[in-house]
Amino acid sequence: MTSRWLLWLPLVLFAGLAAFFIGGLVQPDDRMIESKLVGKPLPQFTLPQGASDRPPLASTDFSKGAPRMLNIFASWCVPCAAEAPQLEALAKAGVPIDGIAIRDARADVDGFLTRNGNPYGHIGLDARSEVQIALGSSGVPETFIIDGKGRIVHQHIGEIRADDVPKLIAMWKDAR
Amino acid sequence: MIAELGLGALWLAAAFAALQLLLAGLGLAQQRDDLLLGVRPVAVAQAALCAVAFICLILLFLRSDMSVLLVATNSHSAKPWLYKFAGTWGNHEGSMLLWVTVMGVAGAGVALLERTLKRNTHMATLGAQAAISLGFYAFLLFSSNPFARLNPAAPDGQGLNPLLQDPGLAFHPPTLYLGYVGLSVAFSFAVGALLTRTVDAAFARAMRPWVLGAWVLLTIGIVAGSYWAYYELGWGGWWFWDPVENASLMPWLAATALLHSVTVLATRDALRAWTVMLAVIAFSMSMVGTFLVRSGILTSVHAFAVDPERGSFILVLLLIYIGGALALFGLRVGTVREGKQFELMSRETLLVVNNLLLTVILGIVLLGTLYPLMTEAFGHKVSVGPPYFNRIAGPLALILMLAMVAGPIMRWRRDKVGAVAGRMLWPALVMLAIVATLAVVGWGRIGILPFLGLVVAGGVAIGSLIPLTKRNLRRTPLFVYGMVLAHLGCAVSIAGMAADSAFTTEKLVAMQPGDTAQAAGWTLHFDKVAPIAGDNWTAMQGDLTVRHGDGGRTTLHPQNRFFFDPPTATTESAILTRWNGQLYVVMGDELDDGRWQMRIWWKPFVTLIWLGGFMIAAGGALALVGRERRGWLMKWRRTHAEEFA
Repeated sequence: MTSRWLLWLPLVLFAGLAAFFIGGLVQPDDRMIESKLVGKPLPQFTLPQGASDRPPLASTDFSKGAPRMLNIFASWCVPCAAEAPQLEALAKAGVPIDGIAIRDARADVDGFLTRNGNPYGHIGLDARSEVQIALGSSGVPETFIIDGKGRIVHQHIGEIRADDVPKLIAMWKDAR
Repeated sequence: MIAELGLGALWLAAAFAALQLLLAGLGLAQQRDDLLLGVRPVAVAQAALCAVAFICLILLFLRSDMSVLLVATNSHSAKPWLYKFAGTWGNHEGSMLLWVTVMGVAGAGVALLERTLKRNTHMATLGAQAAISLGFYAFLLFSSNPFARLNPAAPDGQGLNPLLQDPGLAFHPPTLYLGYVGLSVAFSFAVGALLTRTVDAAFARAMRPWVLGAWVLLTIGIVAGSYWAYYELGWGGWWFWDPVENASLMPWLAATALLHSVTVLATRDALRAWTVMLAVIAFSMSMVGTFLVRSGILTSVHAFAVDPERGSFILVLLLIYIGGALALFGLRVGTVREGKQFELMSRETLLVVNNLLLTVILGIVLLGTLYPLMTEAFGHKVSVGPPYFNRIAGPLALILMLAMVAGPIMRWRRDKVGAVAGRMLWPALVMLAIVATLAVVGWGRIGILPFLGLVVAGGVAIGSLIPLTKRNLRRTPLFVYGMVLAHLGCAVSIAGMAADSAFTTEKLVAMQPGDTAQAAGWTLHFDKVAPIAGDNWTAMQGDLTVRHGDGGRTTLHPQNRFFFDPPTATTESAILTRWNGQLYVVMGDELDDGRWQMRIWWKPFVTLIWLGGFMIAAGGALALVGRERRGWLMKWRRTHAEEFA
């Protein structure tokens, strides 16, 4: 045999591969994809009315001086129902929240709000996820904090849990 | 009671696996025949016990026993029985139990059927097989017990992912698993041969049927999976380079290489070390694939129960078995004598080219699959899409196809350049003719890869038939027909892929009942849309009358389905198959104005992709039967020659 060490090459390569696997497993489980738009202005959009008793939503609603929250939800989304009490809590604390219903129908949204409560000011209907994609959001639910000048300051991915509420309120206050 | 019986059988099976390892190990180390005598019966008993455990789990699913955690989380009493049955392995624990069961049965097969291998190698192989099984038993019993009880019992189950409620699911994963496990047998053979230093032609002949069988099943599994994704996902594509698809493709690539190199070893006694290496790689890829899918370190459209703890467990098994086998390879392969030599102009050379190309493609797929993981280690998130795979693996696959034209018409050991050139005449002419035809018909309209794909497919089609010329067809061995069929299948499949990407017409329209749409000579009339209910779903179903030109009318029924439990919406595509292609219609969501989104494809000759795939599998099966029958015939002749001597 010309080069005996060559026989160990497969093992060395495998060790390298295994190191990556271990690295992948040890790393904190973080499969959130943060929007590239955090820190940037909200993209322009105008959405039709998403619920019968709420006005429709446009990007201009967010540049009126006061910071607001933008919640992306859907009537077919189970975690969205789970985060409803937390949204109620935020609304009670004085945070104005607007919603975008993703791939939804107005009648379904109405039913969802009747069942789970309605913390929203404006609700827009994004039937084909176009605004959602423009926002850099990769799933439902997601919540954005937008300062009074229409700039995105924070993105919360996944449902809001009870211990997230104080943090979000603090961030909303900082955005003023 | 059934659950406890199953669990008991599983523990006993694990104990028998340990015993099998102990008997083989001690027996070989101390050269004690009395210990080795016990290995085969123990292997059979282990398989039987494991099968009992698996049957128990099937019974629990069929009876919808909601006091068993696994059944409650993965099944539902309203499901049709076929999906209850298939649900047994449509989850992590059940699929792992299926894995060890198949592995045990394969081990019993090796114990009972293998007669030609030297006894020590045979025993070492069974020992290695037991060692692998033992790891999976430990995994099942300590971290994924399929028989765990739920107290109090659930009123009803949580259902099964609706995408998986399809007849395809009933047979797709088990087929792949059978393939993976067949590769584990090849792996055990390689380890056994390394341990006893007997890497030779006899070893290759003993291993070959397992490699062939595994390869046939993997081929069927991948082809069926591809068709399932094609009609179920409703995206019109047939391969998405998704990590889970790659996880099944990588072992297949390694097995294809192994299949060819094991033939060189069996026929010409060359490529000894390389064949052993490939046997290790092939099973390693099965395990790496399982690890990637189950650990959840890669995200995929395939939703499996993801659990880092289980990922760690599989990783440990991976380190022990693959690391151990590769270390053994480093230690022992130097003592394996070099095999026979061959000249540059020979079939062996072409098979080496085949092996190298397949290995490089395997490396590319592995790199593409793992790249997101690697960059994530450095803080970036990326995903690797189909363009990377198509652009890099595509050209290599085409070169591989060219080698496939030349390989079978070359002679073993040495050949003459002039003679080979003469035999290449017809394939070369056909390829030139296709180039000329395509140049006239669609220059500039067809992408370069589909263009070359069609050309090479023609060459392979002719080239694959050449081994049948100038020989007595009735006396040609069956396995030659197998090779011809498999290679022809490659040509057919490549032609289908190329035709699909070169000539597909796609149309996205919004229609309301009464509207008519046109696509590629087809007229689609949207008659009505109406609700329809199934066992555990409701759907909006569209009725479309379609006709091609002035041909006969047919009605298509695409659906937009909603499953209750768990609540999920899916689209059911409607597919009309004609001899020259498929009309593929997907009904999307209803728009605000009462119109419906319709996605219409006309895909010329797309069915060739799967037809070719099944031809490849059938060719492999023919070769397997042919080889085995020849083995029996030769043995029969030998024994009878002794009788008359």
